[in-house]
Amino acid sequence: MQHVDGNALAGPLAEFFAFDVTMAVARCEGCGSTAELARAMVYPSGAGTVVRCGSCGQVLMTLVESEDRAWIRFTGMGAIEVARVSPAG
Amino acid sequence: MSETVGTVDATGGIRTVPRAGWHVGTVTATNRETPNASRLELEVDGWPGNAPGQHLDVRLTAPDGYTATRSYSIASSGDSTRVVLAVDKLPDGEVSPFLVDELREGDMLEVHGPLGAFFVWRPGAEPRPVQLIAGGSGVVPLYAIANARAEAGDETPFRLLYSVRTPDDVYFARELEALAGTSDPLRLDLVYTRRAPDGWPTPPGRITREVLEAAVVPAAEHPLVYVCGSTGFVERVADWLVGYGHDARSIRTERYGGT
Repeated sequence: MQHVDGNALAGPLAEFFAFDVTMAVARCEGCGSTAELARAMVYPSGAGTVVRCGSCGQVLMTLVESEDRAWIRFTGMGAIEVARVSPAG
Repeated sequence: MSETVGTVDATGGIRTVPRAGWHVGTVTATNRETPNASRLELEVDGWPGNAPGQHLDVRLTAPDGYTATRSYSIASSGDSTRVVLAVDKLPDGEVSPFLVDELREGDMLEVHGPLGAFFVWRPGAEPRPVQLIAGGSGVVPLYAIANARAEAGDETPFRLLYSVRTPDDVYFARELEALAGTSDPLRLDLVYTRRAPDGWPTPPGRITREVLEAAVVPAAEHPLVYVCGSTGFVERVADWLVGYGHDARSIRTERYGGT
């Protein structure tokens, strides 16, 4: 299956996170580059989803889902930067 | 306002998009968009509205409980609970053949959204020209963006470069023509890859580096660029843009995989 990009994570991860994870800025622990997760490369398969750094290809995270739970592994990223919701929002 | 999710726009300001949730949408209209695609209009109970360029996920459930979920860009935007999609039928798809050929008015669909705040443009957000680049059905979110600009009376310079197989395969053909004919027009450049209209000045063929350079807002004008289409199309175009001096941070991409 052809890879897609981090935009495709918005739906699966909205099930578990209260913020839009695709806009979170992650640092790749492989090459040190920072980018919104929307800019990562996403490789879906029947077994799960592998998310790779758009710059160097290092695995950033993996997502495996079953009917009643999910396993989300943040393999290759350090801290993520997340915007606060504006109080006026 | 109802629940929202915070995001930071390109100028560092905090913006919000409506929070995603699962909803039931009722099909209010389904029409042929191109020989291979349908335009679906849904009335979605509880839909919180969506920003131009966002997508949603559609989940189909078989009688035995098997589910298949696919993402589709939204062609509409704003506060309305009316949501418009345009779906391309993939030959070996699990979901799109059903949506394109089988779905009827009155049918109900499970939808999850609105999703994604990255591939979004809002009127008035940034005083920079905007270049939209679409391959095939990748035009759907870009149409939503161009239409939102027109509805807002926004005067940001806009160009759309649209690569499409044949004149019959143009999505939103009438709407794009109308946007190109306003007093503050969307500048529309079409590239036909298989068959061009009679008298078209250039023979059909894929976008080349040269065509791209001639038809996009120059890097010196610091445009925001949105590219959507198949993965191969998006990556080819984005690489060329960077080669022409466009700032990679100013290029937003959405790859839908496939061919």
